Amino acid sequence: MGQRTIDMELDDGATVGDAVAEVVRRYPAFSPDPARVVVAVNREYVNHNHPLANGDEAAFIPPVSGG
Amino acid sequence: MIQVTNEVIRPEAVIDGLRRSIHGSVVTFMGTVRRYTEDREVHYLDYEAYPEMAEEQMGAIAEEVRGRDEIEDVAIVHRVGRLGVGETSLIVAVASLHRREGFDACLYTVERIKELVPIWKKEVWAQGEVWVKSEGA
Repeated sequence: MGQRTIDMELDDGATVGDAVAEVVRRYPAFSPDPARVVVAVNREYVNHNHPLANGDEAAFIPPVSGG
Repeated sequence: MIQVTNEVIRPEAVIDGLRRSIHGSVVTFMGTVRRYTEDREVHYLDYEAYPEMAEEQMGAIAEEVRGRDEIEDVAIVHRVGRLGVGETSLIVAVASLHRREGFDACLYTVERIKELVPIWKKEVWAQGEVWVKSEGA
């Protein structure tokens, strides 16, 4: 994607899954398997049903490991 | 002590920072950069983090482990940035009343860090580079 953050406008009642779908729409190479993208909202892991509110910070966590 | 840092990890400072009143054992684990992955000779690793979340997750793991029987304190420090072969990327130190609980808690803490903490490493060797896949993926 070449950038660390993007701003997104979503419909009222949008969920984390909707945000993932929007990212994949803009950047098709983002994930081959959007349903498995791991997301944190406001620094807590959430599932794709989690509702989003204005001002939430959603982070997409890559499937790679540190340590 | 719970920290994501760009600085060289000083184990003694981490261990000295443990709460010390009742324990009889300190177990430490240090993760270091290994020279070979499969048949590739690693030049260095680049670690990247989502630092605010990484520290929160490390803090939550430490808090959970401190709640175990016999565990008095847990410290976690993870380094990010460019690390050469042999350098320490992670230290976990666990103070406990007895050794067995300390070893168990230390291993558990390291496994939870691998699972939950948003820190990633890219391996760079002579002919290329790759982001290292997580064990769960």
